[in-house]
Amino acid sequence: MIDKVVEDIDAAIADIHDGATVMIGGFGRAGQPVDLIDALLRHGAGDLTIVSNNAGNGDVGLAALLQAGKVRKMICSFPRQNDSWVFDGLYRAGEIELELVPQGNLVERIRAAGAGIPAFYSPTGVGTLLYEGVETREFGGREYVLVEALHADFALIQGYRADRLGNVQYRKTARNFGPPMATAATTTIVQVDEVVPVGDLDAESIPTPGIFVDRVVPVGWREWTPDGRYVGGLVDVNGQPVETGIDPHEGHTKATDHKPSGTEGTR
Amino acid sequence: MATRISRAELAARLAADIPDGAVVNLGIGAPTLVADHVPSDREIILHTENGMLRMGPAPDAAHVDPDLINAGKQAVTELPGASYFNQSESFGMMRGGHLDYCVLGGFEVSATGDLANWSTGEPGAIPAVGGAMDLALGAKQVFVMMDLFTKDGRPKLVAHCAYPLTARGSVSRVYTDHAVFEIAPEGVAVVDAFGDTTVAELEGLLGLPLIDRTTPTGG
Repeated sequence: MIDKVVEDIDAAIADIHDGATVMIGGFGRAGQPVDLIDALLRHGAGDLTIVSNNAGNGDVGLAALLQAGKVRKMICSFPRQNDSWVFDGLYRAGEIELELVPQGNLVERIRAAGAGIPAFYSPTGVGTLLYEGVETREFGGREYVLVEALHADFALIQGYRADRLGNVQYRKTARNFGPPMATAATTTIVQVDEVVPVGDLDAESIPTPGIFVDRVVPVGWREWTPDGRYVGGLVDVNGQPVETGIDPHEGHTKATDHKPSGTEGTR
Repeated sequence: MATRISRAELAARLAADIPDGAVVNLGIGAPTLVADHVPSDREIILHTENGMLRMGPAPDAAHVDPDLINAGKQAVTELPGASYFNQSESFGMMRGGHLDYCVLGGFEVSATGDLANWSTGEPGAIPAVGGAMDLALGAKQVFVMMDLFTKDGRPKLVAHCAYPLTARGSVSRVYTDHAVFEIAPEGVAVVDAFGDTTVAELEGLLGLPLIDRTTPTGG
């Protein structure tokens, strides 16, 4: 019987080795697989190359991994954010390498790797500093730059629901980099809120079919769903973390929608 | 040339040029104001590059959902008929020419439609590009919304960009606090000059030849 579910999150990431290239899903805080990153931090692998859209928020998740000095190089599109002080400090101190890639080229490099395409021509970046000296070619009178696929040893992704076959569904804009990254790594590890029985997921709506997934780690309802906190704090409408605020039980109708009846929010 | 219009007025002026049925991406910052000024009889679909069509306005504090954010990482809502998709599909929508309009901020726009809006090249600044380069060439019409002059009075519509380029020859129109410009194959045209602003004055201040396409009733 196929069973990709690994209950022990530390066991799920135990083979991530020093020097590995690791893709980490998420756009800002949405879709960031915080529990897997925390496990990676406990595991202690270092000298990592991290592929992720951003370079960490606040002091948790990817930012904590950076702070611990485990990352040699970041490949990302937008490291500079209002809460990216950890990366900013390392970069200014010359303690981390940065490969800056336009977001669309970044995701297409990932998609191409997963689809067996070694390189492609993109219109994005032509004539800019980021592609100085890069091979270009004209098609139909328009210039394109040659961009190479980007493969990883591991992908760490946050999904919403999965089954033991590795079929994964996402939630709202937290989908972002999940589906392409799942295809582009030798080993793909997905943390989900909930593992459901085979057959429960709508076969018409599986953004990541199980063929791309090696391990599924149920982490329980993320902290914000039952008690109003989320990866280090609730966010306000500007995406800023807030420490205190509305009564989470009263205020988070979305959270209630999100949590199936009869499931407790404990982890 | 005292006349300057406010950001809100400019957003309304720009919104008036987006037709019913258009699919639009609004960049981070001032361009997001455009959403508040879309005429009520038009149905505009908002695209956010982190993976959603039919994005709705910000929620009230009680309905913030950390899984539902826009490209500026602010909480948003979904309208009926919304769809979610991954980053590869989202940027394919731009690169593939499916997006009708995008509205971006700008540091500089050149007379030939080059855009600089991702880096000031300052030493010590953390470089970040995000989706700027993809957006700048990925929509059928690229509108830039910016002040016409810097705080110290230097023009931002220039013969050649001094800042690092985001994309070459991609801007169609520039909406500024003094006038609206069109980047045409034959040169830069003024399509709307606000208040007492004249094309001759703009020409003098910008040091660029300008084609007068203002209409007597406009402005």
